[in-house]
Amino acid sequence: MTKAVVNVFLKEGVLDPQGKAAHHALDSLGFDQVDDVRIGKQIIIKLDTDDRAAAEAEVTEMCETLLANTVIEDYTIEID
Amino acid sequence: MKVAVLRFPGTNCEFDTQYAFEKLGHTTELVWHEKEMLPEDIDLVVVPGGFSYGDYLRSGSIARFSPVMKAVTTYANDGGKVLGICNGFQILTEAGLLPGALKRNNDLHFISKHQNLCVINNDNAFLNKCGKGEVLNIPIAHADGNYYIDESGFKKLEKNKQILLRYSDKNGDPVVVNGSVTSIAGVCNEEKNVFGLMPHPERALEALLGSEDGIRMLKGFEA
Repeated sequence: MTKAVVNVFLKEGVLDPQGKAAHHALDSLGFDQVDDVRIGKQIIIKLDTDDRAAAEAEVTEMCETLLANTVIEDYTIEID
Repeated sequence: MKVAVLRFPGTNCEFDTQYAFEKLGHTTELVWHEKEMLPEDIDLVVVPGGFSYGDYLRSGSIARFSPVMKAVTTYANDGGKVLGICNGFQILTEAGLLPGALKRNNDLHFISKHQNLCVINNDNAFLNKCGKGEVLNIPIAHADGNYYIDESGFKKLEKNKQILLRYSDKNGDPVVVNGSVTSIAGVCNEEKNVFGLMPHPERALEALLGSEDGIRMLKGFEA
């Protein structure tokens, strides 16, 4: 069993309205050191294989096909 | 004209869309998302609004893999006309049939109201019954209508006259509604046979209910 952790975020330069709203909320709560907030999503996938390289290749294909929209989003993959 | 109206789990504008085209004198047929083929002899496919698959992951991202979307892609690649309204627009961008993507509205609100739109280009099958610069009053109702495209993509859209509609005031000047790049409300593909817009023309058929400007839009598809 291999676990893959996928993080999907809006690309740099693409405005993140949810991040911006959370940033404003943090500001108004008095957290005045906040420089930037980005909100993304985390997708955890368990794969029925012990081959880490194969798992990473498979998850990359999943990201390109479905999990991220590469017009607006970037993704990272960590294999546990 | 015969119009195929697609239906996914979570679609909710299919009957309004049927009503609109039938009011204009056309025949319509609902097509369930599991169908691998479109009906024969159709002149238009409409991907209607709603919340296909609950908008999970991203609006339209799961519906685009439905069996019927393979048939729609083949139909579009062969030159068939396809119209995506609201969630239908999101599905067509996710499917790569239209450029760009639709993000969460800048203010995070679900925006539901009548909105003026300015016709930017009318040399296409969709808006040829409308004048360039004409202002139409059509309702919008969406949370993810914030159109994004990168700069090189935007230049291409402008050059090929693929920008069809912008959110505007009553004089046709662009207004910021949801954060869309240059207030874009609707685009088409390079070949001008696939059209997508966030506003709902099928909800603007009766002056008594606020506007009948949707009729002029949808009539564009009549040969």
